[in-house]
Amino acid sequence: MEIWYTLINQFLPFSWTHYTFMKNALLAVLLVGPIFAVMGTMVVNNKMAFFSDTIGHSALTGIAIGVLLGFQDPLWIMVIFSVLLAVAISMLKSLTGASTDTIIGAVSATMVALGIVILSRGGGFNKFSRFLIGDLLSITPNELLLLAFTLAGVILLWGVMFNKFLLAGINSSLALSRGIPVRLVDTLFCITTAVIVTISIQWVGILIINSLLILPAAAARNISSNMRQYHVFSLLITLTSGVTGLLMSYYWSTATGATIVLFAALFYLGTLLAKFRFA
Amino acid sequence: MYYTGIIQKTQRESCGLCCTKLKNFGVTIGKTEILHDIDLHIHCGELTALVGPNGAGKTTLLRAILGEISHTGELSFLDAKDCQRNPVVGYVPQRLDFDPGTPISVLDLFSACLSSWPVCLGHSRRLRERVSASLASVQADHLLDRRLGDLSGGELQRVLLSMALVPNPDLLLLDEPVSGIDIQGKEIFYELVSNLRQQYDLSIILVSHDWSLMSCYADRIVLLDRTVQCCGTPQEVFSNEKVLRVYGPAIREEIDQIRSRPQIIHSGGGVHA
Repeated sequence: MEIWYTLINQFLPFSWTHYTFMKNALLAVLLVGPIFAVMGTMVVNNKMAFFSDTIGHSALTGIAIGVLLGFQDPLWIMVIFSVLLAVAISMLKSLTGASTDTIIGAVSATMVALGIVILSRGGGFNKFSRFLIGDLLSITPNELLLLAFTLAGVILLWGVMFNKFLLAGINSSLALSRGIPVRLVDTLFCITTAVIVTISIQWVGILIINSLLILPAAAARNISSNMRQYHVFSLLITLTSGVTGLLMSYYWSTATGATIVLFAALFYLGTLLAKFRFA
Repeated sequence: MYYTGIIQKTQRESCGLCCTKLKNFGVTIGKTEILHDIDLHIHCGELTALVGPNGAGKTTLLRAILGEISHTGELSFLDAKDCQRNPVVGYVPQRLDFDPGTPISVLDLFSACLSSWPVCLGHSRRLRERVSASLASVQADHLLDRRLGDLSGGELQRVLLSMALVPNPDLLLLDEPVSGIDIQGKEIFYELVSNLRQQYDLSIILVSHDWSLMSCYADRIVLLDRTVQCCGTPQEVFSNEKVLRVYGPAIREEIDQIRSRPQIIHSGGGVHA
């Protein structure tokens, strides 16, 4: 961490970099950005925007269960819970053959309600509202380390599995004929999404985490014609809106996560206009 | 034609010895028996056309061979040395359902099938050339960098066909590959498929509704309706009384249509030369 602090003091001698929490937050944005950029493109490809939203909302129940079991830091309980939920949803999907959005809609509402009921018992819901909005500025060096490991894990997984995720998402029959175990690959992707969404939720916030996942990918989609451009644009948009959002939230004293999402939304709007103009 | 050269480079002469055997084959989904008691031998170098009414279970049969749905009975593949092994199966779906907004190029899709190097990181020149050569064999190399969603129906099917041919399959399954494509596109496609059978060492099963075109290109026709109703050369099947009684009008209509368009048949045949 010391190296990072010295680097920033050297190269970014601005008023906002005087604060350690801003240095931490900047590093967090640079770590979360790539994770969300590559996850988001795949989530949008596989039409799983609604799924990741559910996982985000279900984190509330994860927190509630953690609190019931008496844990101070509910992160691991949340992760385990969301992984179980992801597996359950993908099994329900393949077993019942019902439309995915119906299943997900039902699960999502139930989980949010359950979480609120448990957490609001005795009127103490307010202390959990930080999970709703998220607080990027409160991130600690240990948590940054966790994010760094997550990023490394995602890069590794993508290196091995990217093509399989891609083919399974494009068309399952085609993927199956190329010897890809589609159901297994799908479940693995659901689990990965669940883990990453849950890990990042306390800094980004339940209410907006999905927008941060979807918006950069959706924006990149408007202006790219192959996978390489898609990922490069998505990465650039995430990082740019991440850093800009962080700075602006400092000057405007607003919630960081939401400010970042607003900048991502601007990019989406811009690319949408560009698409209509050149199409 | 320029593309035959590339086919010849990768060709393996068909030996006529490998075969795919279906014995007592059946598919039951839930409580509905969709297919039962199917016995078929499919030899390499042969184009077998699977015909039958809607709901006869043609697509189900292909999906069962592909392993997508479970089946009863036996499915075995014997290679030229008479050893049993898992065949390499190529598959061209009826219609590739995908989101046309996906920013994926033909090269991306093709490379994703061929290698495990993440396609979002770009492509090596060697892979690019390899894909280009494969596409050239179906006259589609100009589509290399096009977005998948921008291809026409016929172009997409040709791309899918060339993907199904890498690596060289033992068995090629085509599920109504040209439904909804104009007659000229169909002729090009069937001509390609028919060339493949002669030049590669593979067996082809083709589901189709085009009776007349099938009678020109298929070596064998299997009439399927829950089980094998009739099986033989096009002449045999189309002169079979049972078949004529049930499907006679449809067949005659189709054949009349083809007779009224001799010039198209002729130009289709011209691709051979």
